[in-house]
Amino acid sequence: MTEKELQLQKKREVQQSGEPTKPQKQFIPAVDIFETDDLVNIVAEMPGVDKKDVSIGLEEGILTISGSMHGEIVENENPLLKEYETGNYLRRFSMSEDIDQEKIEASMSSGILTVRLPKATRAKPRKIEVKGE
Amino acid sequence: MALIRFLDKPFYRNPWSQLERMRQEMDRLNRNSNNDFATYPSSSAYPAMNITEDANNVYVRAEIPGLPANEPELFVEGDTLTIKGERKPGAVDEKGSYHRREIEYGRFSRAITLPTQINTEKVKAASKNGILTVTLPKAEEVKPKKIAVEIK
Repeated sequence: MTEKELQLQKKREVQQSGEPTKPQKQFIPAVDIFETDDLVNIVAEMPGVDKKDVSIGLEEGILTISGSMHGEIVENENPLLKEYETGNYLRRFSMSEDIDQEKIEASMSSGILTVRLPKATRAKPRKIEVKGE
Repeated sequence: MALIRFLDKPFYRNPWSQLERMRQEMDRLNRNSNNDFATYPSSSAYPAMNITEDANNVYVRAEIPGLPANEPELFVEGDTLTIKGERKPGAVDEKGSYHRREIEYGRFSRAITLPTQINTEKVKAASKNGILTVTLPKAEEVKPKKIAVEIK
């Protein structure tokens, strides 16, 4: 069996409607979204973002994940090769499920953000048994 | 024989001078746009790297999110630096389903040739927020040395 070789994904920039005031770039983080009966799990790739610089908001069914990166300190260093750019991350999702806002949990570990969004009780699927006569 | 640069020869003896002038012109253009250092997205090797240098060190930074700090394997051999590792997906709950799978997982290995000789004994690596930074001290022989001009 041949093991899968990792492919490089190019960072995609956020298409903004307005003009940004800061010259920083904004990227769309790659995500995995996993759903079970009880929760929606979102894993986002945000290398270089510290856990204190992440913000997650859920407003009117729109989940916003953003992370700001303060850039790499490259003072007095000469660039020799530049393959990735640094900037902020931003992504929005419209949630189709009702989410229990109080119980949203998020964790960050080595550049990977994991957000656990528990479904509100009324959004959980309930099987209704049909009784016969 | 006196050393004369090829370009300094008179025009009639150097049929390539026009090409050479064009090349110099291109170099000049490149130099002028240097403050906005261009990125090269053409390389598709994983991980993406930024390499910088100062007088004493060469710095290699690689974006490897999701890899625990102790996991990437680093090898230095002469002037070649190799980074190896594996990104493993998180625990998968059998009962659920994926809506999106954009993050890539798998093994990677990348070797790069360093621009100068380095002191292999003193290479250091640190990982923070998914960015691996390798500090490679330059070998003493290649460090810039200031030569004092004697006044006579």
